[in-house]
Amino acid sequence: MSIKLKALLKSPWVFHLSTGSCNNCDIEILDCLTPRFDIERFGMLLVGSIKHADVLLITGSGNRKSMERAKRLYEQIPKPCLVVAVGECALSRGMFIHSYNCPVPIDKVIPVDVYIPGCPPKPEAIIAGVVKLIEKVRKSTEKK
Amino acid sequence: MIYIFYFLFFGFLLTAIIGLLASWIDRKVTAKVQYRVGPPLLQPLIDIVKLLGKETLIPAGSSKVTFLMAPVIGLASVILVSTLLWINNINPTKSFLGDLIVVLYLLVIPSISIIMGGFASKNPLASLGASREMKLVLSYELPFILAMLVTVIKSGFTFRLGEILTFQAQNGAFVGSWSGTLALIVAIICMQAKLALVPFDIPEAETEIAGGPLIEYSGSGLAIYRLMKNMLMFTVPFFLIIVFIGGLRLDGIHLLYGVLKYIGLVALMTVIRNTNPRVRIDQAVKFFWGPMTIIAIIAIILALLGR
Ligand code: SF4
Repeated sequence: MSIKLKALLKSPWVFHLSTGSCNNCDIEILDCLTPRFDIERFGMLLVGSIKHADVLLITGSGNRKSMERAKRLYEQIPKPCLVVAVGECALSRGMFIHSYNCPVPIDKVIPVDVYIPGCPPKPEAIIAGVVKLIEKVRKSTEKK
Repeated sequence: MIYIFYFLFFGFLLTAIIGLLASWIDRKVTAKVQYRVGPPLLQPLIDIVKLLGKETLIPAGSSKVTFLMAPVIGLASVILVSTLLWINNINPTKSFLGDLIVVLYLLVIPSISIIMGGFASKNPLASLGASREMKLVLSYELPFILAMLVTVIKSGFTFRLGEILTFQAQNGAFVGSWSGTLALIVAIICMQAKLALVPFDIPEAETEIAGGPLIEYSGSGLAIYRLMKNMLMFTVPFFLIIVFIGGLRLDGIHLLYGVLKYIGLVALMTVIRNTNPRVRIDQAVKFFWGPMTIIAIIAIILALLGR
């Protein structure tokens, strides 16, 4: 594996984007930063600017207004980057599936690398999901 | 030839290694204060390697040359300052007239490069951060220079770092006296602002303006800025150690004292950073032009009286 990708997996900086979630998933994500879970020990940081990010963490059902912005943000991340969808809403629109305001699931608009189910997922589940993502990237590059 | 060696080895390599280590200590201590585990030892290095491997985006409509040059200018000046400091520290006879003033000027350039980068990136938040940084520079430079004046007076009106060092080697460090202690306190607080650490991290203010001047930087530009900041974390305390606490000696037991001096300053910085909330920019200006300047002037008067 190239040193570039190795370093990326050791220090993924996370940008957190909510596309119209009920806020519960966002709170669980912030929980990951608390002393109990402390994702900084894996080198993860929550950054405030999309230009600094390596991982786009998406929550929420993706309503009409915010999906345009989400697409624009995805275009602005410096590549290589990864996308993680957190919560039932982001996976399949959850309980909003029949809503007039959520026409398509998020992964129809931007490519998602890993899905973390739950409503909301526990912080443990989020960390496990990110670990799976890292394993996946590592395996996919080893084959090449 | 020997200067190139100083430049590459001491100015860049050693300073970068110690700076990265210092920023790790800073993050680790912060984590420990908050009952967390904290990042692994190599984390600052890994961050920089990762950023170097990423795409560099240039915002549409920004001034391209300034945007790309600004981090390089900042890094270059930090390397230059640390080379000057190391040369003086290792061989005090090599210093030239007025190098104290040169160091003071060069230490402002990193802030100026951040201001340049912020304004060049055509982002409202970055401009806001840059203008805050500008106000902060204006406010802390006055007490900082006044504090440096104390050492100039105490060492018999010399502007050579080398002579300040030899004077301290013969007559004891300046912190031993009243005026020296006061000036050191002022200088430490100004250092906190120079490094943009928490009570004075107004230009960056992650929670209100999302990283401030650096918001549009990605990839290698951001990597250079981070490296610059980490190197400043060594250079500025090192400067204070030279002017107030008698420099770092690299022989025998003195090496241990030198390391202790430096770690003491870094730990102090981290503790201040973790126990204070962020102030507003007007509060910071008032604080530096009011109490800090008055304390620095008192220190100067005491120094003139010979205390
Ligand atoms: S998945 Fe559940 S908790 Fe998360 S945003 Fe949707 S409704 Fe809220």
